[in-house]
Amino acid sequence: MNPRRKQRMTVVGSIIFLVGGAVALMLYALNQNIDLFLVPSEVINGKDGVIPQTGQRLRVGGMVVPGSVKRDDDSLDVTFDLTDTGPIVSVSYQGILPDLFREGQGIIITGVLEGANKVRAEEVLAKHDEEYMPAEMAEKVKGIKHVKPSGAGY
Amino acid sequence: MIVELGHFSLIIALGLSILLAVYPMWGAKVNSETLMATAKPLAFGMFLFTALSYAILTYAFVVNDFSLTYVASNSNSQLPVYYRVTAVWGGHEGSFLLWLLMSSIWTVAVAMFSRAIPKEMVSRVLSILGLISIGFYLYVLIASNPFERLLPFYPVDGRDLNPLLQDFGMIIHPPLLYMGYVGFSVAYAFAVAALISGQLDSTWARWSRPWTIAAWSFLTIGIALGSWWAYNELGWGGWWFWDPVENASFMPWLAGTALMHSLAVTEKRKLFKAWTVLLAITAFSLSLLGTFLVRSGVIVSVHSFASDPQRGLFILGLLVLVVGGSLLLFALRAPQLRSAGRYELVSREVMLVGNNILLSAATLVVLLGTLLPLIHKELGLGSISIGQPFFNQMFTYLIVPFVFLMGVGPLSRWKKQEPTALKNQLIAAFSLSILAAVLIGYAFDQLIYLAVLGVTLSVWILIFTVQEVRQRIGYTNNLAKLSELTRSHWGMVLGHVGFALVLMGITLTSNYSVQKDVRMSVNERVELAGYDFEFLGVHEANGPNYSASVGRLNVYRNGKLKSEISTEKRFYPVQRNVMTEAGIDAGLTRDLYVAIGEQFANGDWALRVYVKPFVRWIWAGAFLMAIGGMLSIADKRYRMAKRAKEASQPFGGKQIVGMSH
Repeated sequence: MNPRRKQRMTVVGSIIFLVGGAVALMLYALNQNIDLFLVPSEVINGKDGVIPQTGQRLRVGGMVVPGSVKRDDDSLDVTFDLTDTGPIVSVSYQGILPDLFREGQGIIITGVLEGANKVRAEEVLAKHDEEYMPAEMAEKVKGIKHVKPSGAGY
Repeated sequence: MIVELGHFSLIIALGLSILLAVYPMWGAKVNSETLMATAKPLAFGMFLFTALSYAILTYAFVVNDFSLTYVASNSNSQLPVYYRVTAVWGGHEGSFLLWLLMSSIWTVAVAMFSRAIPKEMVSRVLSILGLISIGFYLYVLIASNPFERLLPFYPVDGRDLNPLLQDFGMIIHPPLLYMGYVGFSVAYAFAVAALISGQLDSTWARWSRPWTIAAWSFLTIGIALGSWWAYNELGWGGWWFWDPVENASFMPWLAGTALMHSLAVTEKRKLFKAWTVLLAITAFSLSLLGTFLVRSGVIVSVHSFASDPQRGLFILGLLVLVVGGSLLLFALRAPQLRSAGRYELVSREVMLVGNNILLSAATLVVLLGTLLPLIHKELGLGSISIGQPFFNQMFTYLIVPFVFLMGVGPLSRWKKQEPTALKNQLIAAFSLSILAAVLIGYAFDQLIYLAVLGVTLSVWILIFTVQEVRQRIGYTNNLAKLSELTRSHWGMVLGHVGFALVLMGITLTSNYSVQKDVRMSVNERVELAGYDFEFLGVHEANGPNYSASVGRLNVYRNGKLKSEISTEKRFYPVQRNVMTEAGIDAGLTRDLYVAIGEQFANGDWALRVYVKPFVRWIWAGAFLMAIGGMLSIADKRYRMAKRAKEASQPFGGKQIVGMSH
C-alpha cells in the first residue's frame, strides 16, 4: 500500500471505530433507560406472554380506584390502587401527589415492581386537565388512538 | 364585523404572499428590475395585513367577543386584560397567527436591511420566504382559523385560559421562541436562494450570518424563558425535563449553533460550503418538525396544550415539501459545492468540524430520544418512554470533547496550529480548572464526580476565553487595546462565557440541590442545607379569577431571618383546575423554593422544600449568550459589506485578524 492510501485507511478506520463506539454507547444508554409502559392487567397477566419480573422498572397507567387512597397519619406515605379493566395493582409512594391527583382519575406512575402486584412509585404524573387521560391509557383502555382537545367540543 | 375584517385581511396577506413567491423570483430569473422591485412593497403589504389581522384578534380578546370559538375556548371575562392580550397565543390557532406575524416581521426585516446585498439575491430570498408563508397562511385559513364564529348560539362566557399559561414567563416566552423558530427560515431562504442562483461562493454565508445569529439569539432567550417558566409554574423545582415539547425547541437550537459556527468557516475560509447549506436546511426543518411534534398530538407530553392529528398531517406535508424540495435542489447543485483551501489536522478548521460533529450528534441524540417512542408505538411494539437519564448520560459524554474544543478552538490558528505551542497553556488551564472544581466541591462539603467534571469544564472555558482575549491584544497589559477588538469578537467572548455560566449553573444545581418533602403543622420548623424553614400557616385569598390558599414561611439562617416566602395553591373555578404557585426566594448563589401540597385530615400541610444552588446562572448565562449574539450582529462589517465588495475585496489580512468565531 502506498503511504497516501495507508493514511486514508487510518482516517477511515478511526472514523468507523469512533462512530461504532458512539452508536454502541448510545444503544447501551438507551437500553438502560427505556421504561415499558403497561396497564395494571398487563402487570398481573403479562404482556405478550411475558410477565414483568420483580425489580423491573416500568411505567403503569391506570385509574385510581375510588376509596383506595390511604395516607399515613404522620408522614407523607400514601398508598392507592390502580386498575384498568379488572386486575388491581397497589402503589406505594412517598411524597407530594400532583395537583390533579384525584380518585377516579387516570394517572401514570413510574417506578419499580416490588411484588407480583405491588409497585413502589418514584414519580406520579397527572395531567393538568380534568378531562385528560394519558394518550397511552386512552389507546389501551378505550381503544381510541387520539383524544381530541377538550376545547374543540362545544 | 371587525372580526370578519381580520379574517379578510389574512386572505389578502395570503394573496400577497403568493405574489411575493412568484414575481421577485421570476424577476431575478429574467433579470427584470421592475419585477424585482415588487419584492419590498409586497413584503410590507404582507406584514401590514398580517399585523392588522393579528391586532383584530387581540381586539376580540380584549372586548371578550365570545362569539369566536377561539376566544371562547381560551379566555374569560374574569381574566385580567394583560392575560387576555397574551391569551391570543394561548391556543393553537392564535399561536399560528403569531407564527405568521413573526414570519412577516422577518420578511420585512430582510427587505429593509438588505440594501448591501445584490437585488437578485434579496429578491430570491424574499420569494422563498413568501413561498414558505403561503403554506402557513393556507394552513391557518383552512385548518386552524382563529376567526371562526360560534353563531348563532355562542356562550355567555369563555372557558378561560389554561391557568398554567397565566404567568409572566408565558407572556414573553412564546413570541421569543417563535421569533427564533421562524428566524431560521431566513437562513434557510438564503441557502436555498444561493442554491437556485448557483452563486455558491462564500458571499451568501456572510449575508446570512447576522440573520442566523439573530434567530439563534431569540431562540436562546425563548428556551431560557421556557425553562424559567417551567421552574416557576410546574412546582417541581425542575428547569428542564427532556420533555418532547422542550426537545422540539432544543433541536433547532443545537442545529442553529452548529450552523452559526460553520457559517463562520464558510465565510472566512470558503470551506464546508455543502455542509453549511445542509445545516441551514436542517435547522429550519427541525423548527418545522418541532412544530409538527408539538401541534399534532403524536407524542405524549406533560405540556402539549393544543393538539390535533389532522393539523399535524398538514404540517407534516409542509415539512416534507420544505425538506424534500430543498434536499432535491441540494442534490442537483452539490457537485458545484467544491471547497477550495487546505488545512492541517490540527487547525481551527478541524476544531470547528469537531464542534459541528458533536452538535450534530447531540441533535441526533435528542431526535432519537424524542422520536423513538413514537416509532416504537407506530410499529406496534408497544408503548415505551425514554427516561431523562438517557439524555443526561449522552450529553455528559458529548460535552467533554465539545468543551475541550470550545476552549482551544478560538485560540488556535486557521490552516495549521502547532500542537506544541499550546502545550503549556493546556497544562496550566487543566490544572487550574481541576483545582477550582475541587475547591468548589469542598465549599459544598461534598465531592461529587459529576460536579467536579462540570465545574472543571466550565472553568476551562473561562480560562481559555480570557487567554484568547489576551492573545488578541498581544499578551500586553495595555487594556486600551481591548477597544480594538471587534464587536463580533466580543460577541463570541460573551457567548462562550455565557455557555460556561450555564454549564456551571446546571452542574451545581443538578448535583448540590437538596430537596425535602415534608409534612408540617403550623409553627413547625424544618432544616435543610443550613436553612430553617418555619411554617406560619395558611390563609385564604382571592385573585381576579381564582381563589387561593396561601402558605407562608419564614426562613432563618443561623437564627437570623433571611426571607419570607409565600406559596399558593390556586383554584381556577372556570376550568376547575388546581395549580401550585411556588414560592421562591431568588439569589445569586442559591434559590429557596417552596411548593405547597395538599392538606391532611388533621390540618397539617404537605410542603416541598428545595435549596437550589446557582440555579439562576442557567438563565443568566443563556441571556449572556443571547446578548453576545446581538453584539455580533451590531458589528460594523456587516454594514460595510457592500462598500467592501465594491472596492473588490480590499480586506485580506485585516479581516482575518479581526474575525471571531
